[in-house]
Amino acid sequence: MSTSAIVDHNVPPGEPPIIHHMDSNTAYGAAKLGMWLFLATEVLLFAVMFCSFAIMRYYHLAEFHDASHHLNLWAGALNTAILLFSSYTAAVAVTKAQQGDNKGVARNFGISVFCGFLFLMVKTFEYTGKAHHGMFPFVWNSHFYEYKNFLGIYYCMTGLHALHVIIGMVVMTLYGIRPALKNRFSGKYYTPVELSALYWHLVDLIWIYLFPLLYLVG
Amino acid sequence: MSAHTHTAHGSEELNYLNWKTGIWSWLTSTDHKRICFLYLFAIMIFFIGGGIAALLMRTELAFSGSQFIKDPHTYNVLFTMHGVFMIFLFVVPGIPATLGNFLIPLMIGAKDVAFPRLNLFSWYLYVVGALIGGYAMLHPVDTGWTFYAPYSTTTDTSVSLMVFAAFVLGFSSILTGLNFLVTIHQLRAPGMTWMRLPVFVWASYATAVIQTVATPVVGMTLLLVIAERTFGAGIFDPSKGGDPVLMEHLFWFYSHPVVYIMVLPAFGVVGEIIPVFSRKPLFGYKMVVISSMAIAAVGFIVWAHHMFVAGISDFSAKFFSIVTFLVAIPTAIKVFNWVSTMYKGSISFATPMLYAMAFVFLFMVAGTTGIYLAMLGVDVYYHDTYFVVAHFHYTIQGGAVIGLIAALHFWFPKMSGKMYNETVSKVAFAFLFLGFNLTFIPQFVLGMDGMPRRYYDYPAQYQTLHTISTIGAYLNGFGYMFALVNLLWTAKFGKVKAPRNPYNSVSLEWQTQSPPIHENFPETPVVDKDPYHYGTATHTHA
Repeated sequence: MSTSAIVDHNVPPGEPPIIHHMDSNTAYGAAKLGMWLFLATEVLLFAVMFCSFAIMRYYHLAEFHDASHHLNLWAGALNTAILLFSSYTAAVAVTKAQQGDNKGVARNFGISVFCGFLFLMVKTFEYTGKAHHGMFPFVWNSHFYEYKNFLGIYYCMTGLHALHVIIGMVVMTLYGIRPALKNRFSGKYYTPVELSALYWHLVDLIWIYLFPLLYLVG
Repeated sequence: MSAHTHTAHGSEELNYLNWKTGIWSWLTSTDHKRICFLYLFAIMIFFIGGGIAALLMRTELAFSGSQFIKDPHTYNVLFTMHGVFMIFLFVVPGIPATLGNFLIPLMIGAKDVAFPRLNLFSWYLYVVGALIGGYAMLHPVDTGWTFYAPYSTTTDTSVSLMVFAAFVLGFSSILTGLNFLVTIHQLRAPGMTWMRLPVFVWASYATAVIQTVATPVVGMTLLLVIAERTFGAGIFDPSKGGDPVLMEHLFWFYSHPVVYIMVLPAFGVVGEIIPVFSRKPLFGYKMVVISSMAIAAVGFIVWAHHMFVAGISDFSAKFFSIVTFLVAIPTAIKVFNWVSTMYKGSISFATPMLYAMAFVFLFMVAGTTGIYLAMLGVDVYYHDTYFVVAHFHYTIQGGAVIGLIAALHFWFPKMSGKMYNETVSKVAFAFLFLGFNLTFIPQFVLGMDGMPRRYYDYPAQYQTLHTISTIGAYLNGFGYMFALVNLLWTAKFGKVKAPRNPYNSVSLEWQTQSPPIHENFPETPVVDKDPYHYGTATHTHA
């Protein structure tokens, strides 16, 4: 009652913060459950896109088939490899945090964030290439206009995914790298690292579905 | 409301209302009880706004011919405003964000919700969504609250802003639901097992599941509407090869379960009130719990009953018709449980009990007329008539809103530390109940006579029923204002201090002081009984 702070971070390095209304074990369980529920909502968010993709592909099968050949398969494959590798380093960061190796956390999350940058660069390269050819659903006088349904869902799906990549990079930097540089994590306290990594895995996982649907199957 | 200076009086107990003062201490408070009030004030603004829109429509409809509305666009704007304000800004956050916030931690013996800062953030998201929505009404949207394509993708009103507001509000709703799920899972006091949870907590749990699972779907759908409008994504607009029925499917995948977000917490409220004023244990506790979860589950697979005339296949129409009938089973179980709880009880007709009994009656009407609409052949006739309007208002106003008003009276002593005036409250109830039925019973008949909804004029043959309905609407609105002003006035100027447990209830929230201290209980309670052990030897006076 003496303090109104919910979470008190003024604890020795490696100790969990003091939370006024629950003990640290409960806090860990609560945070983890909360994150999994949030990931469930993210899956449902993307489910709408996947569902719309399936319906649109059913209506415009030939267009979807042709349009997918205009995507850069190698750029997509490269991005898949980049994200898979970044997921690996994110997983390593969690192990490092549990071992109390704060430098390891910062290093591995740093690689993941860098991979995020690479992914976005490749994506920008793809988008600008398409913009150059007028491959947008609203450019009605382009000869790609017949692919408007494919392009519409393509931009919605990859655009929202790219937004999630950016959010994931911010989360890993703020809640993983920054506290790790202050030696905050130990075997007793590594919740933010684990949750950031969980989020990043989801971002990766969604791409694992987007890549074959958009680039390979069409 | 903001400034309490009672701390100067030596006799005043320290509680969550007076331990900190000033408007800033409210706007930055992470106390779940204060956040309840933040929501309460915000949603009441939109309840009044949506109510004014409704009364304007009823005024226009009082007589055949144009009264003061000269064109359909104005009327379209009014029913859009009524729908958007009432659904997204009032009833969805209605009970969960206010009473849910106040009661869940108290009922499970916790100090706060699991993520108090996220809880406050949800409120600010709500405010941002409300401001965007309010701003969008400056170039008013005329699509109705359903935003059906292709009209919503082509009209030049500010649909994009409005659906973005709904997206933000949905995000607020998701975070509230997520918070409650984690709270109920992780923060129950020692001995508070799942089968000792009050039914309000169970109802809130079922509600939170729907909030968390269904809301992202509509959020994404609304973003796709924006994508359609801004760069012609070609997903919903048929002129670009899109499918408007797909939009309806995705919309109702959320917007049918959302009626259970509205009404399930009200079920919980009624389940709390009836045992207290019948002095009997809740009849069939387990079935009440199971039926709440069953409604949440079945509610997810019935959405296309809104689309029987939208051109869906015969097979899916039959499927969705049959599963819609299934909803009647858990709902009826609940009604049987409430009535059986009252049977041979020693009933006292306090104001909350009157509201609870009104709820049971109104919800029976709502449920049985819902069965009509689940029938394929009948629905073809009733679709888009006043019958649907009346059915919907019996469920949502007669259910969710009456449930909210019942809860506000029942927990008023705990929330404000004052006792409301029984006589005044009962007069308000009488206006409200009579006004409500006078408004909507004629609308059932109008619907059966073929009066379509969403028209600002009608042939003279419908005159009498429309006039009665308008009179009822004014009485109903007066009743609401009466009830709310009464509560507000009592909270501010009331003289009668509430004791710790005015109704002699046995559930946990009444065992702490009224109003509770900042962290709810002086020490974490240990629970060894179920929350409805009335009329047994273990029942002690608190």
